[in-house]
Amino acid sequence: MIEIDQISKLYAGKAAVDSVSMTVETGTITGIVGTSGSGKTTLLRMINRLVEPSSGEVRINGEPTSSLAPHILRRRIGYAIQGHGLFPHYTVARNIAAVPRLLGWSKDKIAARVDELLDLFSMEPSQFRDRYPAELSGGQQQRVGVARALASRPDLLLMDEPFGALDPIIRSRAQDDLRRIQRTLGSTIMLVTHDMEEAIHLGDQVAVMDAGRLVQHAAPAEIIRAPATDFVAEMVGGVERPLRLLSLIPVADITEDGPTDGEAIDPQTSLRDALAMCLWAGREALPVARPDAPPGRVTLDAIRARAADHQ
Amino acid sequence: MKAGLILRLVLIALLLALVLRPEWFAFAFAPFAPEGGPVIYQRASLLSLSLSHLGLVAAASLAATVLAVTLAILVTRPAGAAFRPLSRTITNLGQTFPPVAVLALAVPALGFGAGPTLVALFLYGLLPIFENAVTGLSTLPPSTVEAARGIGLNRWQRLVRVELPLAFPVILTGVRLSVVIALGTATIGSTVAAKTLGEVIIAGLLTNNTAYVLQGGLIVGLFAVLIYDALVSLEVRLARRLGLERKGR
Repeated sequence: MIEIDQISKLYAGKAAVDSVSMTVETGTITGIVGTSGSGKTTLLRMINRLVEPSSGEVRINGEPTSSLAPHILRRRIGYAIQGHGLFPHYTVARNIAAVPRLLGWSKDKIAARVDELLDLFSMEPSQFRDRYPAELSGGQQQRVGVARALASRPDLLLMDEPFGALDPIIRSRAQDDLRRIQRTLGSTIMLVTHDMEEAIHLGDQVAVMDAGRLVQHAAPAEIIRAPATDFVAEMVGGVERPLRLLSLIPVADITEDGPTDGEAIDPQTSLRDALAMCLWAGREALPVARPDAPPGRVTLDAIRARAADHQ
Repeated sequence: MKAGLILRLVLIALLLALVLRPEWFAFAFAPFAPEGGPVIYQRASLLSLSLSHLGLVAAASLAATVLAVTLAILVTRPAGAAFRPLSRTITNLGQTFPPVAVLALAVPALGFGAGPTLVALFLYGLLPIFENAVTGLSTLPPSTVEAARGIGLNRWQRLVRVELPLAFPVILTGVRLSVVIALGTATIGSTVAAKTLGEVIIAGLLTNNTAYVLQGGLIVGLFAVLIYDALVSLEVRLARRLGLERKGR
């Protein structure tokens, strides 16, 4: 558990981060969203003390971060940034091994961990281990950057716009990868982004920052349904709110018995995608595959009802 | 590439022959020698002059590199930033002060011989290395430096494992400039009795023997060209390794 307690950062008397408190549960992803200058990156950098807080405290599993030397603390906290920040003079394997080497792991243990991570990120170890970062594509560099951040099984992974430099298709693949890997490893992740879509898609919790303050910290559905301020509502994107809400719900939730024809869709498909399919095909219902029953269906009416459910 | 390799081998062979078997070239230098005068310099072995010349340059450049890089590291740390203008002034001074003047001033203190030449070459070599090292250390990719801090490298580890290796090609460029300047400048050391290839040139000037001047000049020139070339290829290889220049472009 990560506890952020009344943390502030003043620059020339002006608060960049103003008395922010929040608690992050182990094994969850928290998306920190805000516009430029909202203090979200400063907040993140205070957690691994790249920026020293002016006041307040951060505790990781009950232990204050101020109890360790900053560089020792940082070895226990993964850190991945926009533009990957890989060491260009190290091979992929050595980049990933950077923190385990600092921690004095044995050679065999490091080699095994490197291969394990490359496998996890769908990069064939024998093919990628000895390459240099300049010989990788942008998406591969980014994956190696995240693998490096995860290498020592840190208590917490901090990510600052990790997908900011990727094109939309690679970005959405990287987001899916991150979600899958986070579920597999049970990592605790705090991710800074300016993209509400990304925060809603990835986050178990979303924290919205505005002018140095934490204005709302809640589950994505809650943020969409009940934005705490006009600013949050604007970030969530006004007219797109019903669609955002639908994007969080799998069709499995409202699948009912009933006849339909055609090929069944995956039960994890979001209601937004199901809605789009209905509209595009001009249909009132879609068949949905069910793991332990014959295919059911999801109807346009049921989707509509669910979208209006927030009132 | 192949043509370049052949040219290099030819130049190396020519240099070796000029140093080890100067008498082979008597026919070529004879037209430049005064009538009845000696054609080939024989007062000292050209090999020992070359080795002593290269030794002086190497010692001075090494000392200049150590001091200039150390200074550059200090002034690129947050605590040392205030000293950057001062260091720049000092190294600039070394460059603007003519080596001949340094020789003249150093002789009373250090006596005749290699000492004053070492001082002159050392002072003259500081600036290019310092400037390049400062540039190299202050223009590192920001995301790499940030990541190095973020994953828990301490100051010393960041310097040794990340900053210096990444700045190395740029520092090497400075060393190359400095070495090539020193190779030429070392010849004037023979005016204060340092053993260098300048001895041959000066002997030629004193006796109006152009053959000597050509001989000394040619050997120094070939050393400079070959050493310059070797350092350039080293830089290119390092830069490619760092991905600063991608393959196949």
